[in-house]
Amino acid sequence: MFSLTLAGARAALRRRDFSARELTAAYLGAIEALNPKLNAFITVTSELALRQADAADTALARGEAENLTGIPLAIKDLFCTEGVRTTAGGRILAPFVPPYESTVTANLLRDGAVFLGKANLDEFAMGSSNMTSAFGPVTNPWTRPGDASPLVPGGSSGGSAAAVAARLALGATATDTGGSIRQPASFCGIAGIKPTYGRCSRWGIVAFASSLDQAGPVARTVEDCAILLGSMAGHDPKDSTSADRPVPDFAAACQRGVKGLRIGVPREYRSDDMPPEIEALWQQGLAWLREAGAETVDVSLPHTKYGLATYYIVAPAEASSNLARYDGVRFGARTEGADLTEMYESTRAAGFGAEVRRRILIGTYVLSAGYYDAYYLRAQKVRALILRDFTEVFARVDALLTPTAPSAAFAQGERMDDPVKMYLNDVFTVPANMSGIPGLSVPAGLDAQGLPLGLQVLGKPFDEETVFAVGAALERAAGFTALPSLRAGG
Amino acid sequence: MSLDPATVRRIAKLARIRVEDSQLPQLQAELNGILGWIEQLNEVDVDGVEPLSGGAQMALKLREDAVTDGGIVEQVLANAPDRAGDFYAVPKVVE
Repeated sequence: MFSLTLAGARAALRRRDFSARELTAAYLGAIEALNPKLNAFITVTSELALRQADAADTALARGEAENLTGIPLAIKDLFCTEGVRTTAGGRILAPFVPPYESTVTANLLRDGAVFLGKANLDEFAMGSSNMTSAFGPVTNPWTRPGDASPLVPGGSSGGSAAAVAARLALGATATDTGGSIRQPASFCGIAGIKPTYGRCSRWGIVAFASSLDQAGPVARTVEDCAILLGSMAGHDPKDSTSADRPVPDFAAACQRGVKGLRIGVPREYRSDDMPPEIEALWQQGLAWLREAGAETVDVSLPHTKYGLATYYIVAPAEASSNLARYDGVRFGARTEGADLTEMYESTRAAGFGAEVRRRILIGTYVLSAGYYDAYYLRAQKVRALILRDFTEVFARVDALLTPTAPSAAFAQGERMDDPVKMYLNDVFTVPANMSGIPGLSVPAGLDAQGLPLGLQVLGKPFDEETVFAVGAALERAAGFTALPSLRAGG
Repeated sequence: MSLDPATVRRIAKLARIRVEDSQLPQLQAELNGILGWIEQLNEVDVDGVEPLSGGAQMALKLREDAVTDGGIVEQVLANAPDRAGDFYAVPKVVE
């Protein structure tokens, strides 16, 4: 049962090879056995999951199968779930039980999905290692052979990625503000897509940086991601930035092939300190696409090197504004003080972890009187140049291929001494957020230590179909079958 | 541009986050490290470039200005750390 992909399990449920209740119960058992080691879930909703599975069995018995009927998923604990605690990985939201359901999770429930629980993440999705969660770090189910030291799953969607890689869920929701879907997917040897900004509604997702945040799925295969995105996406009147356009058949696009496509290779993604294995895997990926009938073309995105610095102005600025709502008055934890100001300051000092506090302070500074033009306005102009780079290149190519991350998973505790060192993880993923374009990470190979590495496919705005076509072709050629040492089902 | 301790304190005040004196030096060093790294943007020629504020490459939709829900006081107040009747309660502001 655990070796089935989401697509495979869906077919088996429809054939009644096993019931939704049996499938969900098996996954709940796997969580019980492995979550104490992985800490991928903050909250497990066993009873709710079994009730949803029973409803799925009733629907299946009537022949009323929706896209995801009976499929057990993990939900990143950034999506508000009605009546189920939603923490965003932070102390300040530890007591928060939303009275409403996010649009993305409501869409998944509409299509019959079963929710196993809420997946761990970096606090307020700020981090690249899942080390900043107030509920403890997540352990990557992969380890280096002969070395038991726990590795990070990446972040911020580390719990989602670890749960899928360890087979504690058939898929998971995730969000990506600077790489938080794609980098953990790469670190955990699974697939994950950040769709175009506006493809999924942000309503009911705890906000980090609203002009960058976008929801997407992580799953074992590219096709599974396509199936999940088909349910998650769609216009929502409650989010004015959600795109009012039809949701294409993403799963069908996986079968298209890449014959005749032009794939751009951005030269600025190459650096002298890139590990040779990653450079070699990138070249291999390009060769696979050529063998499948695509043409590869060298292109230039000259402002790539400024993406991260731009991000670390724009994202903290938006975060400082979004997180102003955590004041101890309307929801979340409160720490008392003698007067209102003291109550605010104590509440926020006790409620936010070190990384969140740093980003709020940076954001407050770059937006403050006298510095706005020098930092924030300048960053917005560089952001326009980053988008212009992509627009010009996409006039000539259909998609781009790059590495997803500059390294494989690293050990817990590494890169914690200097915040900038941690930020460099997102160097290849941030430009897609700055420009709003879709990006997919596909597991493509292992490094010398036996850890997974991903390749990233970037596409034109709202052309996820080509991204899926290229990703699926890479996946077929790579034949990535390696499995992590910690997983359900043996 | 380097932040001095007084500026870090002023930013923390603006952000309504209490910072202990003992935390100031480390915070100052971290913030200066990040801001120093960000300075690289000064080498980009942005003359005549229109700032880009969002990732959505489309016009934002307007909706009807109409009441779509309401009458859910208990749901709204359910997560309040403190309440008085149908109101949020906070420490006294005016004597």
